[in-house]
Parts: sequence; C-alpha cells; structure tokens
Amino acid sequence: MSATPPPAENTFAFTPENEAKAQAIVAKYPPRRQASAVLPLLDLAQRQNGGWLSQAALDFVARYLQMPPIRVYEVATFYTMFNLKPVGRHHVQVCTNLPCWLRGSDAVVAACRKHLGIGPGETTADGEFTVSEVECLGACVNAPMVQIGDDYYEDLNADSMASILETLKAGGTPKPGSQSGRHACEPAGGLTSLTSTPAVRRFLEKKAEGNQ
Amino acid sequence: MLRDQDRVFTNLYGFDSPYLEAARARGDWDNTKDIILRGRESLTKEVREAGLRGRGGAGFNAGMKWSFMPKEVSPGRPHYLVVNADEGEPGTCKDREIMRHEPHKLLEGCVLAGGAMGAQTAYIYVRGECYREAEVLQRASDEAYAAGLLGSNACGAGARFDVYLHRGAGAYICGEETALIESLEGKKGQPRLKPPFPANVGLYGCPTTVNNVETISVVPAILRRGTGWFLGLGRPRNTGTKLFNISGHVNQPCTVEEEMGIPLKELIERHAGGVRGGWGNLLAVIPGGSSVPLLPKAICDSVHMDFDSLAAVKSGLGTAAVIVMDKSTDVVRAIARLSRFYKHESCGQCTPCREGTGWMWRVMERLADGRASIEEIDVLEQVTRQVEGHTICALGDAAAWPIQGLIRHFRPEIERRIEEREASPDQRSAA
Repeated sequence: MSATPPPAENTFAFTPENEAKAQAIVAKYPPRRQASAVLPLLDLAQRQNGGWLSQAALDFVARYLQMPPIRVYEVATFYTMFNLKPVGRHHVQVCTNLPCWLRGSDAVVAACRKHLGIGPGETTADGEFTVSEVECLGACVNAPMVQIGDDYYEDLNADSMASILETLKAGGTPKPGSQSGRHACEPAGGLTSLTSTPAVRRFLEKKAEGNQ
Repeated sequence: MLRDQDRVFTNLYGFDSPYLEAARARGDWDNTKDIILRGRESLTKEVREAGLRGRGGAGFNAGMKWSFMPKEVSPGRPHYLVVNADEGEPGTCKDREIMRHEPHKLLEGCVLAGGAMGAQTAYIYVRGECYREAEVLQRASDEAYAAGLLGSNACGAGARFDVYLHRGAGAYICGEETALIESLEGKKGQPRLKPPFPANVGLYGCPTTVNNVETISVVPAILRRGTGWFLGLGRPRNTGTKLFNISGHVNQPCTVEEEMGIPLKELIERHAGGVRGGWGNLLAVIPGGSSVPLLPKAICDSVHMDFDSLAAVKSGLGTAAVIVMDKSTDVVRAIARLSRFYKHESCGQCTPCREGTGWMWRVMERLADGRASIEEIDVLEQVTRQVEGHTICALGDAAAWPIQGLIRHFRPEIERRIEEREASPDQRSAA
C-alpha cells in the first residue's frame, strides 16, 4: 500500500447535493461517533472527484468529520477501493483469484491487453481506461468476472470481454451481469431446485412463451 | 435431496422481485410481531436449540453467541447487532445473492435477532464492491420503514428498531468481526485482541454481536417453522439447510441451497453438472472457501459437507464455498495464488502474519516452478506452524492451512517438480 497521498493540487468541497447526502450519512451514527462516516464520505468524495482522492479531498473529509488528517490518510491508504491517483474513466478491475483463474481469467487479462493495449496497473494514454488486477470480488460461481465502475460483468470469456471493451470505447453501455445468458447464479443447464416454487414456475413459463 | 418446501431462500436466483410485496408473498414479515413478543429469552433459546451454527465460517452456535450479551441493557450502553456482509473469502458468493434477491429475509432477521439480544440498532456492513447489492438492500430497508416494519414501534411490537447500511471499502480482513467493528468506527480494519469479547466491549465500547448475513437470514424461518423443523434437516450437531457455492472445474457452476451434510459428490453431480470430464477427472476440492485445506479425490469420494465431517478429515466447512479442480490444474500454482492473496490481505499488525504471508508466498512461487530444494518443503511446513495460532486473528491460520493441505496431500507433486528441474542441466545453469 502506498504511503503518502499525492501533493495538494486543488481545492475540494462537497457539491450541495453531496453535502445533503453526507449529512444523511453522518446521521446514521450516534452523536460524537461521526468518524464512523469516514469510509462512506471518502467514497462520496471520490465519486465527486472523478474516481480518485486528492490531498485536498482527504483534508476536506478530515475537517468535515473533525478527525486528525493522519487518521483519514491511514484509512485512505488501507482500503483498496480508494484511489490516491487518477484512474481512467472506466476502471476495469479483473479478478484473478483462484475461482476466476480456474475458469480462464488469464484470457480476460489478455483480452484487456489486446483491446486496450495496457496491462494491470496501467492507464490508457487518453485517460479512458485503467486496468487493475484485484482479489476475489465474490461472484465465484459466475467466474471469470470483472468489475467496471459499480457493475459486475460475469461468465466472461475472451470474446465477451472484448465486446464489452469495444462497446465502452464506442461510448455505449454494455449490459452488466452474466454474459453467457444466465439469469443469476443458477446452474446453466436448467434448474436443479426450486422448480416447484410458484414464482419460479411463473417466471419460467413467461420465459418459455417469450422464446416461442 | 432437500424438498423445495424446506428451502429457505425461495428467491435465491432472483426470478421473482426482491421487494416487499413479493417478499410477503414468499412468507417474509408474516406476523413478525407475535414472534418478537415471545421475548428475548425464548428467541435465543429456540435458535440455540435449533443448533444454528454460524454460516460465516467459524460454525459457532448462534443462539449461544447471543446468550453472551448482557441480560440487561445498562443506561448509555445500548446493545448492537452488526451484520457481517463483507463477503470476500475466495470461492464465496452466497451473501451477495441474499442481499440482492432476498433482502427482506435479512431485514426481518435483524429485527428478530436484535430482539433476542436486547438490541434496537443493527448495522449491516456491506462489502464496498457490492454496490448494486447495497442499492437493493437500501431500497428494501426504505420499504420496510415505510411499512412500519422498521423504525419506531417496529412491526407493531412496541419497541424501536433501526437498521443502517454501512458500505466498506475493500479489505478482506474486515470480515474478521473485531476488524469489522474497528472499520465501522472509522479506522483501519485491524483486529482487536480478545478478551474483551464484543459481547461485552464491541461497537463504540458497547455490547455487540456480529453475525453473518446467512445466519441472520435463516433466523425468521427457524422461529416461524419451529426448531423441530430445522433439527429434522441435516445431521446431528450440523442441522438445517445451507447455501453452497460450487465454482471451478464443474460443468455448471452454481449456488444452491441444500441440506447440511449432503455428500460432496452428490452436491457436485446433482447441482453443478458434475466435474468437467467426469468424476474420475477430479484432482482436488477446496470445500469451504480458500482458507480451508484442500481434499484429494479419495476423500472427496465419500466426505459429507458439514462442519464435523470436514473437520474430521482435517479440513473445514468454512463458508461452504466448494472450489473444484480437475486434473488439468497446476495445484501448486493454485495454492501459490492463494498465498499471494493472503499476503495482499494481511493487515500488517502481527509480525508472524505480516512477514510470514510474504515469505510463504515467495517460497510457494518457487515451489510452483520447482526452484527449491526438497528440504525447503519441510522448512515451509514448519513456518506455517509458526504462523498458525500466533496471531491476533485467524488470517494467519487461513494463510497457513492451504499450504499445509497441499503438503499433506500433494507432496510427491512438489518433489517431482524440484527433481525434474534438478535433473535438467539447462535449468540448473539458469538458476
């Protein structure tokens, strides 16, 4: 984990909309326990600041929560979701942990390399894409998978990864979730449980009608 | 095989809406008031007698854990329920499905578990990456407030109950309960020394119980259908149903709710379409998430999936995340990948773990290539013993166990690589 945040280069303050959100977040915790809001407020600041936390943003959150700045720096450097330097507009986080690796995450990394020209830890020259290698994102029965922004893209292979990246390059919005046609985490070959559950039967009947 | 009417998570796959109207049609929030009014002691006793063991990995009796909370709430020291939704154990993806497809089971579980421990506030600590899941859970919570199920006079039972969502920011260690509490207080997620235990000194120094999402979410079903129903499923001391995640080299990876104690082979063949290339092509299975030792095929042939059966073969049920590896797998490389994970996730607080995870990973990388001597296998084994049990939390153990399992079951494979490399003159001069 990197030690020092980058030097101050701008100023930071919440927009009125985020100020209202921040107040609602702080209100979740008991009086004088406002430090509990440090993770959510850093997340809010990062979203407002284009995906990364500047020194000014860190100091702003420290003042906002009346915390010593060092406590906020400690937190910002400890948690992997906080970016202390700018990242691309699309942050492609590829899981390469064991369940994804067993099902072909190497091919997903290779597809990123081929279609973006960058490897893990790098950002494209136009600032559009950053690729990161990350640890298990917890969608292991839909492996291999990546997270881009707030969305998971699952059941990937080299082709579907390429198609997602090309869609993003063209300014489009790829559909999140399974890329192999699964609904969620059910077995692909047909249900092995819950087939007698009314809501499941209704769904399957509707789907069958749609397919006709 | 478990009958559909005994399944708790009937919307596991999200074919139905996660929200209130559909959840009520599935049986959630049905006369919750009457259950709450059975009283603290009764709720705790029922869950304890049902034998519900914690679904987050440790497998401790949940009702027993609740009973450690002080009997009376003292002024200025409210009791807290904290739900551990910081799912991140490699292989594990069950709590995610509960949050996005069955959020009302979790929320109702919070009210009932809170009632059983004298808490009026629950914090649900959701893994930061699970942004969409948190959105669904937040909307479900807003609905529950609007319907009077949460808030002042929750469920009409006469007491206030609040549920707050708190998103993490990416740190596996925050799944450890005291690290989670530290994180919730706005600090780095570094585990606390125990004692004092959270039931005495937890969140903000107040009595606190931390429970896994799945544990809390099955509580309403137990209290509604009765302890006898839960005791009738599974095996002695390993009761009820369980969500299993089957990933890796199977034909149809999936999450499924099954009876505790189902044979591993049946689980894989019935629900996950079998091992790729057939059962005979199986090399090994990690039966409970990355932290538990792997099992070679010979054990997988007959082992049952429950806490005690897997402990008996020196592994564990953990989170019931079944990672399947067929014979094409480079098993040394696979465990080396896990060693890299633990090195990345060590919080750095305890020396044996901070230094040991990096050291073990570096040796594992060399073993994967055969760039080592045979004696180093024993040194590695000894180092894992020196990390295990010598750290504040179980991350050190979790880093040690996969390596111990590998050496126990695949030592000949490690030795073969070293010998092959030694026998090759090119490699020797390159080294």
